Amino acid sequence: MAQRILMKGNEAIAEAAIRAGCRHYFGYPITPQTEIAAYMAKKMPKIGGVFLQAESEIASINMVYGAAAAGMRVMTSSSSPGISLKAEGLSYIAGSDVPALVVNVQRGGPGLGGIQPSQSDYFQATKGGGHGDYRMIVLAPASVQEMASLTIKGFNLADKYRMTAMILADGTIGQMMEPISFEDAEIETYEKPWALTGTNGERKHNVVNSLYLKPEALEVTNFQRYERYKHIEQTEAMWEEYMMEDADICVVAFGIASRVAKNAIVAARQEGIKVGLIRPITLWPFPKAVLNKAADQVKGFVSVELSMGQMIEDVRLATECKRPVALCNRCGGMIPSPDEVLESIRNAEKGVF
Amino acid sequence: MDHKRLTLFAGHYGSGKTNIAVNYALHLAKEGKKVCIADLDIVNPYFRTADSARQLKDAGVELIAPQFANSNVDLPALPAEAYRLVEDRSSFGVMDIGGDDRGAYALGRYVPFIQKENNYRMVFVANCYRPLTQTPADALDVMREIEAACGLKFTDIVNNSHLGPLTDGSTVLESTGYAESLSTMTGLPVFMTTVRADLAPAVSKHIPNVFPLQLQEKYFDLPDQKL
Repeated sequence: MAQRILMKGNEAIAEAAIRAGCRHYFGYPITPQTEIAAYMAKKMPKIGGVFLQAESEIASINMVYGAAAAGMRVMTSSSSPGISLKAEGLSYIAGSDVPALVVNVQRGGPGLGGIQPSQSDYFQATKGGGHGDYRMIVLAPASVQEMASLTIKGFNLADKYRMTAMILADGTIGQMMEPISFEDAEIETYEKPWALTGTNGERKHNVVNSLYLKPEALEVTNFQRYERYKHIEQTEAMWEEYMMEDADICVVAFGIASRVAKNAIVAARQEGIKVGLIRPITLWPFPKAVLNKAADQVKGFVSVELSMGQMIEDVRLATECKRPVALCNRCGGMIPSPDEVLESIRNAEKGVF
Repeated sequence: MDHKRLTLFAGHYGSGKTNIAVNYALHLAKEGKKVCIADLDIVNPYFRTADSARQLKDAGVELIAPQFANSNVDLPALPAEAYRLVEDRSSFGVMDIGGDDRGAYALGRYVPFIQKENNYRMVFVANCYRPLTQTPADALDVMREIEAACGLKFTDIVNNSHLGPLTDGSTVLESTGYAESLSTMTGLPVFMTTVRADLAPAVSKHIPNVFPLQLQEKYFDLPDQKL
């Protein structure tokens, strides 16, 4: 195999999942993520894995729940409306503390919306979507290479913390092609003594369940789960800083928006504006500390999003509103142009937020 | 380079069909020919022939694209006017076929017209750096699947092996063995080797029939990827 291969973002997720040891994929087609399912359909039978196109998204997430309970590395993928259908299953998986990888290649919404790229499922991914107190680790790739590396990272983290890791991508990163390499892939494996693998009559049986008959027990379970979440918040946040050393203005953007922002930042620097970028790679845990620190350095922030402004709330919380935060956004499948971002940066430089 | 009245570009999805089809149509127009290009891709939601609409128009190339291309309508429908490309023999036609066998099914309805006129080139676009066509044998599988789906046999191969922004001369030169093996296995000629325009002069010293490609700048190209 060539050292580098040219992949679509969606293919990179599928190939990375296989390399991470995923042998169970349950999905249902929806644009713009269908290449993940198509790739799995082609590859899984050749390597003894399972590709199953379920009758619906709801069925597929429950198949993920089952395979995860059996200790398998398992995934499903969909796009925005399909993720809404999976929401119940996501909550059950969280309530049962089993690991899974879920991919959302976002498209414009709400409702059936459209098939063009979007980031408007930020709230759904980071604040819930399903019912009850729970979190998912949310990873936001900004390149095809990251589609692969964060998929592997997602499986590792999911197993490590027995929870769902979500890849929150968008249609463009799913469809675009870039050369990637798997040479640096670090695949971790974890013992799963809790998994339903059959007792052979040699041990007490395991139970995977999200139903608690006693409220006291349910409360304790939630407390314990949130201790784990706290640890994740303290240790697993990931971000990229770009031209931040001397920045007066900080652009905050993830995924495809960060690529547009980088071009705008280069253009603004040519105009003499000292501007940099903090790109959250994990959306949960949100990289709060680095943003809070940046708030002591810069005079304001510009949140660039393919939504009506969702991450901007977390930017304000992370920076404790120490500095103003402007929003530069397009939605419904539209993408801010570098010129639009540049205009927002110019305004921020002038103190207009 | 001799041109057939119709040139069809098919291949694995992501092999570069659309870019090559657009560049080939522009090349024909530059030679003073009347040219029409049809986007027959019923598979791909983004990055389509229609993205080059302005460039094609400026060059005087007529574009026939699905009504819903680049919209939110996820409907694999072909425009009725696509028939004109095969029926009206007064202009050169370039057809951009959707990827893999799934995309090639759409071509089937035009095949009787194409065969009747018998003045066409059915080109397989190959990139040895794509994961599912890395070996000539894998590429051959895709070729046979496409032929079975559309009912038209390939007549030529285009070697479009590249690694996006990381492509350099050696990326292309190292792929010639792959293209030659595929050519030997199929008995089809390597019609051309397509390379990014800035690499064409250097690569031309080593390979015949190098066809330079002008690539569209995309909004998501990173600053250090700008050429």
